[in-house]
Amino acid sequence: MAIGKVGVAGCGTMGAGIAIVAARAGFETIVLDSRQDALDGARAQTESFLRKSVARGKLAPERLDEIMASWSGTTDVRDLADCDYVIEAIFEELGAKHELFAKLDAICGPDTIFASNTSTISITEIAGGSGRADRFVGMHFCLPAQLMKLVEMSRGMNTSDQTWEKAWKFCAKLGQTAVETKDTPGFILNYFLIPFNNDAIRLVEQGVAEPAEIDKAIKVAMGYPMGPLELLDLVGMDTQRLLSEAMHDLTHEKRAACPAIVKRMIAANRLGKKSGRGFHEYGDTKMFGA
Amino acid sequence: MAVTVIRADESRSFAIGEDLAFGEGNGVVLVGSEAGGQLAAFPSASRDFVAVELGSECLAEHLGLEESEDNVRTVGFARFRMGDAQPTRLVELVKMPWTDPAAVEAARACFENAGLTVAVCEDFAGRIVDRLIRPYLNAVLRRLDDGLASAADMDRTLMLGLGYPEGPLALLKRTGLAAHHDVSAALYQQLADPDFAPARRAQVVAARR
Ligand SMILES: NC(=O)c1ccc[n+]([C@@H]2O[C@H](COP(=O)([O-])OP(=O)(O)OC[C@H]3O[C@@H](n4cnc5c(N)ncnc54)[C@H](O)[C@@H]3O)[C@@H](O)[C@H]2O)c1
Repeated sequence: MAIGKVGVAGCGTMGAGIAIVAARAGFETIVLDSRQDALDGARAQTESFLRKSVARGKLAPERLDEIMASWSGTTDVRDLADCDYVIEAIFEELGAKHELFAKLDAICGPDTIFASNTSTISITEIAGGSGRADRFVGMHFCLPAQLMKLVEMSRGMNTSDQTWEKAWKFCAKLGQTAVETKDTPGFILNYFLIPFNNDAIRLVEQGVAEPAEIDKAIKVAMGYPMGPLELLDLVGMDTQRLLSEAMHDLTHEKRAACPAIVKRMIAANRLGKKSGRGFHEYGDTKMFGA
Repeated sequence: MAVTVIRADESRSFAIGEDLAFGEGNGVVLVGSEAGGQLAAFPSASRDFVAVELGSECLAEHLGLEESEDNVRTVGFARFRMGDAQPTRLVELVKMPWTDPAAVEAARACFENAGLTVAVCEDFAGRIVDRLIRPYLNAVLRRLDDGLASAADMDRTLMLGLGYPEGPLALLKRTGLAAHHDVSAALYQQLADPDFAPARRAQVVAARR
C-alpha cells in the first residue's frame, strides 16, 4: 500500500533523482515530462540505480520490482490530478513554472501541496503564480538527489503554517533531512558555495597559486573532501557561469559575479571534467594539476 | 648536515619542544612570530634555502620587492591554524616571482620530511586558505545575523551538502571568533576589501576580550 501519491514534474537531472527518492520511500510516484524520451531515460536510469543498490546490499532484492511498479511516467499533466504532493523540477524559468503550476492548480484537489526545487528563483515569486500560494513550499534537493539526504526547505511569504508542517513531515517520510532556510537567493548552500568557488577561481586568475596547490591547501587545512577547483570541474564552467549570473543579478554581491576567466574557459572548451579539461586535465578519471 | 632550525620566540607553526625532523640539507628554518628579525643574519646566497615563518604579513615585508643575491633562495612559510586549534598538516610555502625554483623544492622537501603537506603560493596577502575562508566565514556570520537559518541548520547544510567535516559556525566557536576577527581585520587592512571586514559577531567578541 502506497503511503500517498507524489507527482514529480520534470525528469531531467534533478527530477529523475527526486522520483527515485519518492518511490523508494513508498510513495506512488508519477513523473511528468514534456518529452517521452526523458521519461524513458529516467525509467531506465531508475532501474539501473536500484539494481546497483541491490548489488551493494543497500536495497532488499524484493523491493526492486515493488519500487518500479510504483513509478510511472506521463506526458499528460492531468495524470497528476490526484497527487498529495507535486514537486516541480522543470527548466529554471519563472514563466514556464507559472504556466505549469496554473495547470496543476486547475486539476489538483484543494489539499495538494506544491513544492518547487528551484535553485535561484524566489519561492514566493513562483508561489505567486501558482494559484495556491498558501499551499506552496520550497524543497531544494542536492544533486544527485537519490544519494544526497539534504533538502533545504523554505516558506514563501504566504505559505500557511499548516502547509509548512505537512511539508516538513512529508520530507521526513521521503527519508530526507530537512533544514529550514529563508526564501532568499541561493538559500544556504548555493549562497555560500557559488561565491566561495568564484573566489578560488580569482586566486587562479591572479596567479596566487596553481589549481592543484589551491585544492590541496583547502583539503588539508579544512578537511573538505574536495578542493574548490576540483568541485568546479565537476559542476562545469557553463553551469558555474549561469549560477553566478543568476546569483549576482539578485544580490549584486561582488563575490557572486562570474570571474572573467570562466567565460574564456567556456570559449576554449575547458568546461571541466565533461570536456576532459577544466582547471585540471582528465585522462580517464585521473586528475592532474593544470 | 641537518637543516638548521633557529627559534626566535613562540611560534604559531611549531610549539616549543615539538620535535622538528626536517631532514638533511644546507637549509635554515627561522621559526617564531619574530622570525623575520633574524633574516639579516641568514642571507640565502650560500644556502640551499632559508625559510622564514610568516604571520599575516607578506614575505616582501621582509625581503623587499627587489631580487638580490641574499634573498633569491629565501622563502616564507606558515603552517595553517585556526585560532586556538592545533596547527594543521598544511604548510603554505611562499615564494617571490624571482625565487630560485631549486630553493622552493628544497624547502618543500624539508617540510615534507617533517610529515607536513606543502602548498606553494606566490606572495599575496592571505596566501591561499585565509584568502578563501575569511570572506566565506564573514558571510556566514552576517547571514546568521540576517536570520537566514539557525546556526545548526547552516552547519548541517554545509556538512550534508558538501561533506565538510564540521560546520563553519561550530568551527568558529571551537577555534575562537576573536581569532577570526584578528586575521580578518589584518587582511582587511592589507586588501581594503570589505568582504574581509570582520563580521559584527566577530567584532563583538573581539571587543569583549
Ligand atoms: N542541476 C542541479 O544541480 C540542480 C540542483 C538543485 C536544483 N535544481 C533545480 O531543479 C530544476 C531542474 O533542473 P535540472 O538540472 O534537473 O534541469 P534539466 O534541464 O536536467 O531537466 C528539466 C526537465 O524538465 C522538463 N520540462 C521542462 N519544461 C517542462 C514542462 N513545462 N512540463 C514538463 N516537463 C518539462 C524537460 O524536458 C527536462 O527533462 C531547476 O529549477 C533547477 O534550478 C537543479
